[in-house]
Amino acid sequence: MTTTLSMPAPGPQGLDIATLERLSAQARRHVLESVFTAGAGHIGGPLSATDILVHLYFNELNIDPANPRWEDRDRFILSKGHSSIGLYSVMAMRGYFPVSQLATFDAVDSLLQGHPCMKTLPGIDMSTGSLGQGLSPGLGMALAARKLDKTFHTWVMLGDGEIQEGQIWEACFVAGRYDVDNLTAILDYNGLPQFGWPDPNGYTREEKYDRPAEKFRAFGWHTVECDGHDHASIAAAIAAAKSTKGRPTCIIAHTIKGKGVSFMEGDFNWHAKSPTTDELAAAIDELTGDDDVEKAA
Amino acid sequence: MIELLDLTLANAPTEAPRDAWGNALCDLGDRHTNLVVLDGDLANSTKADTFAKCHPDRFYEMGIAEQNLIGVAAGMASCGFVPWVSTFAAFLAKRALDQIRVVVAQPGLNVKLCGGYTGILTGKTGKTHQSVEDIAVFRAMPGVVTIAPADGNELRAAMTAMMADERPTYLRLTRDPSPVVFPSDYAFTIGESVLLRNGSDIGLISTGVQTIRTLEAADLLAAEGIQAAVLHVPTLKPLDIEGILAIAERTNAIITAEDHSIIGGLGSAVAEVLAEHRPTRMRRVGWQDTFGESGPNDALLKKYGLTAGHVCDAARAMLN
Repeated sequence: MTTTLSMPAPGPQGLDIATLERLSAQARRHVLESVFTAGAGHIGGPLSATDILVHLYFNELNIDPANPRWEDRDRFILSKGHSSIGLYSVMAMRGYFPVSQLATFDAVDSLLQGHPCMKTLPGIDMSTGSLGQGLSPGLGMALAARKLDKTFHTWVMLGDGEIQEGQIWEACFVAGRYDVDNLTAILDYNGLPQFGWPDPNGYTREEKYDRPAEKFRAFGWHTVECDGHDHASIAAAIAAAKSTKGRPTCIIAHTIKGKGVSFMEGDFNWHAKSPTTDELAAAIDELTGDDDVEKAA
Repeated sequence: MIELLDLTLANAPTEAPRDAWGNALCDLGDRHTNLVVLDGDLANSTKADTFAKCHPDRFYEMGIAEQNLIGVAAGMASCGFVPWVSTFAAFLAKRALDQIRVVVAQPGLNVKLCGGYTGILTGKTGKTHQSVEDIAVFRAMPGVVTIAPADGNELRAAMTAMMADERPTYLRLTRDPSPVVFPSDYAFTIGESVLLRNGSDIGLISTGVQTIRTLEAADLLAAEGIQAAVLHVPTLKPLDIEGILAIAERTNAIITAEDHSIIGGLGSAVAEVLAEHRPTRMRRVGWQDTFGESGPNDALLKKYGLTAGHVCDAARAMLN
C-alpha cells in the first residue's frame, strides 16, 4: 500500500485507521527526535495530543497545505501551545514544510518557535503559548465565519491544566451566549499538570473537583467523551460535535501523558525533558521499529 | 511636524471625546463594512452604544470579561475584520495586557484598542478606574501604535488615519466635555507632532486633552511676556523625535505635560530623546508616581498638579 504521506493534497484524506495509527507512531517519533536534537522541549503533552492532531490534520480539517492562508480553510488553534512540537511534526507530515525542517525546532531564526507563532510559520492560525488564551480567538473565528457566511469550522485544542485559567471560562460563557456550533474545543485530558498541588501526603496531581464535562455543560456547551488515542473513537466524537447544532461542543478526550512510549506514559517527569541517546533508541523501537512510514511513501 | 498656529481657546465649543468617538465610529462603519465593534458591557459609558444603534449587526457584546474580549477580537482580525475593542483603559491596558501582548501585538493583528476613561477625569470613579500607566504600558509594547488626541476633531481625524493603517493601535480616550480647538478638516498623520504655538523662551510639550490646558498655560505665559512654543504630541509611538528636537533647539528649556504618570509616559519619552540626542533642561508635569482618588474634576486637576497654572509654575520655575 502506498501511503499518502507528506503530500500536500487539500482537504480531508480519508485514511483508514491502520494508516492513521502508523502516522501517529511516526509523528511521535518526530517529537522525540526533534526534542533530542534541540536538547530540550516538551514531550508528555505532545505525545498525549498526537493521535488527535493526526486525526484532525489528515482526516478532518478542510485545509490546503500549499495555500495555508486560504480563507475558507478550517481553523485550528493549539491553545496548549507548549505542545508545539506535536503540531509541527504533524504539519510537516501533512506537507506544510519539509520534515527535515523539524531539526530546526527551537533554534534561532527557525520558523518552529518554542510556542506556535502565526507571524512566523504559515499554517498557524493563532499565536499561543500563554495558557488559557486559545479558545477566545477560536470564538472570534467562529463569529467571523458566521458573519462572512462561510462554512469553515474552528477547532481549539485545550490542555486540562490550562483550563485552570479564568479566560477559558470567559470564552465558554460568551460562546454559550452566541450559540456558535461552528466551534469545537477538544480537551486533551491527560490528568498530569506540571507541578501539582500541595497535599497532606506531599504532592498530588489529581484534581479535587475533576469533572470538566460538567463545567462545560454548565456554560451551555454540548459535551462528548472519547478515547483520545483511538482513531475510531476520535472520529465518532468529531462527528457528534459537527452534528450538534445551536451550541458549541467540547470533546473530552481521555489521554495519557507520554502516550506511546512505555517508560514515559503517565510519568510527569517527561513533561519537558530531552531523552538520552539510549532512551531515544528504546522509544523509537517501541513506536515504529523499522516501519518508517515516510520512506514507505 | 505639522504647524497649526492659529488655534484659539476663545469661544471654543466643547465636546466629550467619548461622544465624538461613538459618532465617528458610526461614520467609519458606514464606509468600512469590515469594521466591527466589541464591547465589555460598558457601551453606554464609552458610547460604543452609538455604534450598536447604527450597525447592530456588527456590534458584539462580550460581557464583563476583558481577556476574552481581546482574544475574540484577535480571532476576528485574523479573518479580515478590523475590530475596534472598547472598554475602560484601566481594564484594557492592565487586566487584558497579556492577551494584548500574545494575540494582538506579537502577531501584529489589526485590532484597534480603544481605552476609555483615561487620566484623572473619570466621573468620580476614583483610583480603580483612573488609568495613569496606559501610555507607559503601550510604549513598552513592541509594534503597538499609541495615540492620544487633544479634542473631538483631532480624535475623528485620528480614527480615520487608524482605519487606513493596519497596525495594532491603542487609542487613548477621555470622558468629559473639553474644548474643541482643532479644525474640522484637520488630517491626522500617525507619528507627526503638531506645533500649536511658536515661541523661543520655553517649549511646552504635551499630549492628549492635557494639550488644551497647555495651550491655556501658553496664553497665560504670553500675558506675562513669556513666549512659549507648544508642541502637541498625539502619537506617543512612533514618536516624532525630530519634532521634539526642533523645539528643544529653539527653546533650550522643555516642560512636558500629560494626564498620565510622569514615569513611562510623554515626559519619560521626551527625556529619553533629549538625553540621547540633545541634553536639555526639562521638567515633567503629570502624575507624580501616585494613584488618584474620586472627586470633582477641578479639584482633582488642582490636587494632582495638572492645571494650566501648574504648567505655568513649572515654566516660571525653570526660567528663574
